[in-house]
Parts: sequence; structure tokens; C-alpha cells
Amino acid sequence: MAEQVELDKRAAATAPARGPRILRSTRASRWAIGPGVVALAVLGYLPYLVDPNSTTTLVNFFILLVLGMTWNLLAGYAGLVSVGQQAYIGIGAYATLWFAQHGVEPFVALPIAAVFCAVVAFPLSWLVFRLRGGYFAIGTWVVAEVLALLTIRDSSLGGGTGTNVPGLDGFDPVVLGAITYWAALAVAVLTLAGCYIVLRSRVGLALTAVRDDETAARAVGVLVPRAKRIVYLVAALGAGAAGALLAISQLNVQPNNVYGVQWSAYMIFVVLIGGIGTLEGPIIGTIVFFVLQQTLSDQGAWYLIILGSVAVVMAVWARRGLWGLLDRWGLRLFPVGYRVLGARSGRL
Amino acid sequence: MNWINAIIQGLMLGGLFALFACGLSLLFGVLGIINLAHGDLAVLGAYVAVALLPSVHSNALWALLFVPPMFAIFGYGAQRTLLQRSMQSGPLTTLLVTFGLSVVLQNALQEGFSADSHSLSVGSLVTKAFHPASSISISYLRLGILVAAVIILVTVQLFLAGTSTGRQIRALSDDVEAASIVGINTRHVAGVAAAIAFATVAVAGLADGMYAQFAPTSGSQLLLFGFEAVIIGGLGSLWGTLLGGCVLGLAQTIGAQADPTIGVLVAHLVFLAILAVRPSGLMPATVEA
Repeated sequence: MAEQVELDKRAAATAPARGPRILRSTRASRWAIGPGVVALAVLGYLPYLVDPNSTTTLVNFFILLVLGMTWNLLAGYAGLVSVGQQAYIGIGAYATLWFAQHGVEPFVALPIAAVFCAVVAFPLSWLVFRLRGGYFAIGTWVVAEVLALLTIRDSSLGGGTGTNVPGLDGFDPVVLGAITYWAALAVAVLTLAGCYIVLRSRVGLALTAVRDDETAARAVGVLVPRAKRIVYLVAALGAGAAGALLAISQLNVQPNNVYGVQWSAYMIFVVLIGGIGTLEGPIIGTIVFFVLQQTLSDQGAWYLIILGSVAVVMAVWARRGLWGLLDRWGLRLFPVGYRVLGARSGRL
Repeated sequence: MNWINAIIQGLMLGGLFALFACGLSLLFGVLGIINLAHGDLAVLGAYVAVALLPSVHSNALWALLFVPPMFAIFGYGAQRTLLQRSMQSGPLTTLLVTFGLSVVLQNALQEGFSADSHSLSVGSLVTKAFHPASSISISYLRLGILVAAVIILVTVQLFLAGTSTGRQIRALSDDVEAASIVGINTRHVAGVAAAIAFATVAVAGLADGMYAQFAPTSGSQLLLFGFEAVIIGGLGSLWGTLLGGCVLGLAQTIGAQADPTIGVLVAHLVFLAILAVRPSGLMPATVEA
């Protein structure tokens, strides 16, 4: 707010008559605050209203949403198409398991596991950042494979078959379901807020410059590798939290599941269908993914065939996804850019 | 003696990796396409053989006569339609498109052939081997795959270096616009390059099916090794690809000789180590400034 007033003052001082104003919010974003708060309150109250099966489904929804949002940050804003985010899902899940085995409450272990993922991601970023474009994608995938192969060698973590997460059997199942749901909701909201803050910060501005023209951005002094590394770490944090949630909600950790490349497929579909490079896109994409998955659940793998085909078509012919189709009205629920209102028009 | 055997087996396995990586290298070098569906295409080739051979006992060597030509046509068609279109939207789009295709192929194969693993029969050839020394066993099939890999890589190299179409393909890899200005039908030439790449991946898929069992999801592992071979060897260099394949094959069999459970892990670690020390590969075609 103070920043806004400051900008207005400066604009008033430099421009004659009706000076240009710089806005960071949009009409839609201001209108969305009210319904957003109500929706959040309803989501928070949900465990008292619906049966535990529904909240379990929603936990999976939030996990996918977190993965989609962080992958979107990587690919949509930093141009880092990773096919190896399952590395951090796996580390997050196994770190939760390890802490739980050593007496830490699993819900306390969740944030620790997420931070641990970001710590692991830091040295790994130096390795995978040596590769560009598609080779970066493959490099991240190899790293995930190596971590999976190393993890299954530790028999105390369940080896190749996985093991149960201790410390959760003391809970009443309904209470456990509700707490897991709130934890998932909290992680999803924090991820959305985190992505929004990162994109509105200097890093976000740097990323926008990089997305438009990396060479020009470097030339004007944007610290490109630093911006990309920050995004990589934030994405690892998010994927780690998602992995921890996965371990807690499934009550066990299986290497083939948590380190599976199918997670990358889900993230990519969610983001491509919803709209890459927007904060709203992954939310819409996750909803579409879930509706399709639930409707076609008794048709085996058909939902993946359909989603894959839709994602391919979207990638080629509708680059901006479903949100891009809505975007023709200039709708922005999460505005991250700067808009200059001209001296003459002065209207939205 | 066991170690010498491991080295020989590793070199032969490297031939399979190099055969597989040849198409990847070509697609990337000429068209700039990172084909994440390459592994699944190889597996698809093997399944096409399963579907079209008269029975499960038919000798799969016959499939070499019809699957690669089918894939060449498929590759030309895919390039002229989907891949061409996605290349115009930038490199990220081709990545996402080929990854989407990979998931579609894997799940379609799973729906069509179930998740059970299959293998291609080559009759009695699968067990035939000669023994230059007591503990060394060289399978004719595996040796044949290595020889086929070398022949295919040499042929592709000679084709690119010596024929008119080959020169047009190389012109395309240097500069698409300049190539079209001097009168090259760039889309057709790109299609030809994709046709060659798809034909080689079909051969690789058939070879892999004769060598080991395969399932709808085995493409991912193939893709990783293929890409590692390309990167270890150096981007855009077919000889480097052969070397990269052999390095990986050796790492895997020598690692497995030390401890049977760590073969694949050692191969991946060798790749990461080379990446950390020498990111441009062992035999880079171009020297970075």
C-alpha cells in the first residue's frame, strides 16, 4: 500500500495534469479477494461438513496442485523444463519417513523435510544447470533415477518395497484424515502465496526479462543464474512438501511411487492444460485433471491417454492453455506485472 | 578373466545403446528436437513386431524387413505434421509434445498389450555363442547387434557426408533459413532426417526386444541411456555417440561384475561424473568459445 502511494506521489510530481499511474492490482484481483477469503474459509471448515473419503481425494488434489504450481514456476517462468521433480517428491517422502523413524512427529517432520529438499537441491542445481533445454530435462531425470537407486539400497528405509510411516497409528482415523487435509490445504495455500511473492519480487521481474530475451536480460545486468537457482530451490521446497504429504496421507512410502516419472507427467499435463506461465493455469489444470481422472477411473489408463493427447494439442495449438482462452478479457486474479495507466486515458 | 568378460559384454551392450542413441543424435543435431518419446518409439517398434509376426515363435529377424520401413514412413509423417508445427513454437514446445506422446504411447501399449513383459524370439540364435577362452562367452546375437550398430552409424555418417540429400540435411542443421534461400525444400529434408531417425530407432527397439524382455514402460530406461550416450559422446557427433554408448555399457557391466545390484546405478553415476567434469562430452563436434 505504502509503495503504491509512493508511486502515485512520484507520478504526480513528474507528470503534468493527470500523471501516469503504475498499478500492480487489477479490478478482477481486487474483486477476487472477498470470494477468495470465503472459499478459503469453506475449504478450512470442510472436514466438519463432508465424509473423510472426500477430504482424502482433496488431499491428492492439493498435492497435485502444489506440484503443478511449482513446476509452472520452473518451466513457465524460468524456462527450466524439468522431468525430474520426482527427485524431491522422493526425498521429501523419505525424509519424513526417516524423521518419523527417529521419533519426530510426522506433521512436524513435513516442513523439515521440505527445507531439507531445498538444501539438497542447492548442490544438485550446480550439476544440472550445466545442461540446457532438453538436456536439462534429461539430466534432472537421471538425478531422480540415481536418488531412487541409492534410496532403495538402504534397507532401514524399506529397500525396494518401501515401508510404513511410524507415528501415525496413534491417531483416530477421522482426526488423522482431517489433520492431513489441513496440512495439505496449508501447503497449497503457502505454495500459492510463495509463488505469488516470488513472481512479484525482483526475482519475478528478472524471470520475466529472461523469458522475453535471455541475452538482453544478461546484457542489462540481470543475474540470470541466480534467479533460476532461486526458482529451482523454491520448486524443490514445494515438491518436497508434496512428497511429505504423500507419505503422510498414504501412511507408507514406496520408492516406485514417490520417485515415479508419472509425477512429472501429471505436473506437465496440469500446467499445459491450465495454461503455462500463469498462476491461475495450474489451478484450472488440476481441476480438469481431477474431473477426468474421477470420471474415467474405471477405464484403466485411458484418462492418461486422453490427458496426454489434450496436452499435446494444447502445447501446439493453444500454447496458453484454458486460462489463455479466458485471458482475452484481460482477466488476472494474481497480477504479477506492472501496468502503466496513461496520462490521458486514466481508465482501467 | 571374469573382468575381461565383463568388458566384452559391456562393449556389446554399448553397441545397443549407441544404436538407440543414433536417432536421438540425428534428430537433435539436424532438427534441434529433443525427442522424449524416443524410448517409447523403440518399444513400440518391438510391439509392432509382436503384433505383425505370424506367431510368437516366428523368428523376429524377419521384422527387420518391415518394421524399420514402416517407422521411416511414420517418422516422415510425424515430422511433416506434428513435429514441424511444434518446432515453430520453440524448443520447449517440442519437449512438451514429445513427453506427452511418450505418456500416450506408454499407456496405449499398456491398454493394448497389458503390462506383462514380452520378448522377441530369434530361434536358436539366442543361445548360440563362441568361447575364445574358458570364462569368456560371446553371444552371436549380441555381437551381431554391436556390428549392426557400427554399420548403421557408419552408413548414416557416409550418407550425411557423401550424398546430395545428406548435404542438404547438414545444410539444414547449420541454418534453416539459408538452406531454404538456396532452394532446399527444408520441410521435405527435415522429414527425410526424421524418417532415418525413426528407422534406426525401430532397429534399436527390435534389437532390444531380442536382447532382453520389454514392457510398455521400458522405454524410459532406454531413453535415459540413449541420451547419456549422446551427452557423454558430445552433442552432434555420431562417433562420440558410439563411444558414449560403449562407456555406459562398460560402466554397467563392470559395475554389475562388482555387485550385481549396482550396474545401472554405476552407469548413471559415470554419466553424472562426466557431466560434472566435462559437460561438452568426450568428443564434441563443435568447440564452444
